[in-house]
Amino acid sequence: MQFGIFSVGDVTTDPTTGRTPDDTERVRSMLTIAKHADEAGLDVFATGEHHNPPFVPSSPTTMLGYLAGVTKNITLSTSTTLITTNDPVRLAEEYAMLQVIADGRMDLMMGRGNTGPVYPWFGQDIRQGIPLAIENYALLRRLWTEDVVDWSGKFRTPLQGFTSTPRPLDGVPPFVWHGSIRSPEIAEQAAYYGDGFFHNAIFWPMEHTAQMVNFYRQRFEHYGHGSADQAIVGLGGQVFMDRDSQRAVDRFRPYFDVAPVYGHGPSLEDFAAQTPLTVGSPQQVIDRYGAFYQQVGHYQRQLFLMDHAGLPLKTVLEQIDLLAEEVVPVLRREAEAVRPAHVPAAPPSHAERVAAARTAGEVHEQSVAAADHWTGRTAEDDVEAADAVTR
Amino acid sequence: MSERSIVVISSGLSQPSSTRLLADRLADATVAELAARGITANVRTVELRDLAHEVVNAMLTGFAAGDLAAAVEAVKGADGVIAVTPIFSASYAGLFKSFVDILEPDALAGVPVLLGATGGSARHSLAIDYALRPLFGYLRADVQPTAVFAATDDWATAGGDQSHPLPARIRRAGRELAETVADREPAAPTGLYDAVPSFTDLLGG
Repeated sequence: MQFGIFSVGDVTTDPTTGRTPDDTERVRSMLTIAKHADEAGLDVFATGEHHNPPFVPSSPTTMLGYLAGVTKNITLSTSTTLITTNDPVRLAEEYAMLQVIADGRMDLMMGRGNTGPVYPWFGQDIRQGIPLAIENYALLRRLWTEDVVDWSGKFRTPLQGFTSTPRPLDGVPPFVWHGSIRSPEIAEQAAYYGDGFFHNAIFWPMEHTAQMVNFYRQRFEHYGHGSADQAIVGLGGQVFMDRDSQRAVDRFRPYFDVAPVYGHGPSLEDFAAQTPLTVGSPQQVIDRYGAFYQQVGHYQRQLFLMDHAGLPLKTVLEQIDLLAEEVVPVLRREAEAVRPAHVPAAPPSHAERVAAARTAGEVHEQSVAAADHWTGRTAEDDVEAADAVTR
Repeated sequence: MSERSIVVISSGLSQPSSTRLLADRLADATVAELAARGITANVRTVELRDLAHEVVNAMLTGFAAGDLAAAVEAVKGADGVIAVTPIFSASYAGLFKSFVDILEPDALAGVPVLLGATGGSARHSLAIDYALRPLFGYLRADVQPTAVFAATDDWATAGGDQSHPLPARIRRAGRELAETVADREPAAPTGLYDAVPSFTDLLGG
């Protein structure tokens, strides 16, 4: 099982000091956090994508491309990549480029985005969110799996003889997750393609998360990708730890009470009881997160929100250390002990996907560009065309 | 003997509350009229005052928790709803509207709803027609023709509306709601996943 962190990239005033980082500092903090997570031995770092303040990560592949160069083992991912307002052609190009640069040590998660004005800023309409997610992703997949694409649809200009470059690493596209909190259509989409499904459970009661995940599992089986318990599931989580559990509560409360999203609302105690938020000792986190599989089945990826609500960088790095040293090794061992052999331990790695594609005869040992994809013609065709003009 | 569920929403703030009093009377009238048609009514009363903090929390967090979640579920599965609010500053109470805002957009679609309101004087009685009816029209509820407004005077034996006294209006409203509810099949419990189109339909659409 994989354990990692995901970042929203919010710029939030530290309520205990009144200090607010600027955008530059926040971006650099995210880089430091990702590098630290890699060094600490976590499995995944995922960045959000936002196009409005107070969020800084507008350009995930720039950030992840840099991180691919300065990290060693961690899988780089997104939480989420906006499949609605981004051009699917640009997504195909950018994430194939990232895949090559990271040598396959990446995947990505599709999401719709829930900020109304972002849609019109990018020429779209939030009421078309689901149709956009479906059409754009269908095109994105074709751009990764077919060398030359002719396409027309409702939301973007048609393509004739288009080839997205670079071609995916080893001819096999990145693994894709679909993230959704309350839209069963997206769970259906993930199931249809046999992709992963991620539920960002952090603001929701676990019963709701379990319903959604189990719906995805049933549909995954329905579409013939394996049994329901073999579907690839990820969950969001949120913790704040201190070896002294009361001290964890005392330290986190000032941030909780005024945090974006849930601040000025329910008490920390109520919210922690109702959602996966766990504030306490590493053992309390182990006890709670180690039991979620009983509600959602054995799952493959658990991401934690750590850098948010104005928590200072020093605290975030210390939280990552606690997570990596005291929590993850135990959770990993416990998950492995109860996992049935036929259930995947983790989402498929690039090497596993390449091996599977070769077994299925979908890719050859080496893919060669046989034609001039720029014109969709061969050199011989060009000679004829040139002759025709000069004759 | 068949059964129907009736959910009563009362958003009076004082205790005891004349809004709750009106809500109970409307519920009693509906239950009696249903019984006369051979139907047992299961009445559940949602007193919004008790849920006020949870209503605000739900607006901030995006999900209903605890007793509020149970109330929202009850409304969603109701065969009929009786919604009663005091009129504050010329419209429904803020707490009443906040609760309605938490409901899923389709939660009351097609559901028979009896409206009631209370106020200090009969001068506010049209608030039902210019504020409550449009709200429930937007929700595509099946709002019953008779709605009941009770001013302070209406609770007196003398005073109030002499030609259409409050008890008579309550009986008529209860009869209308009971007739509508009795004419329909009991509401089937609906889940989030009952009507998800298959992906091939989504791709084609």
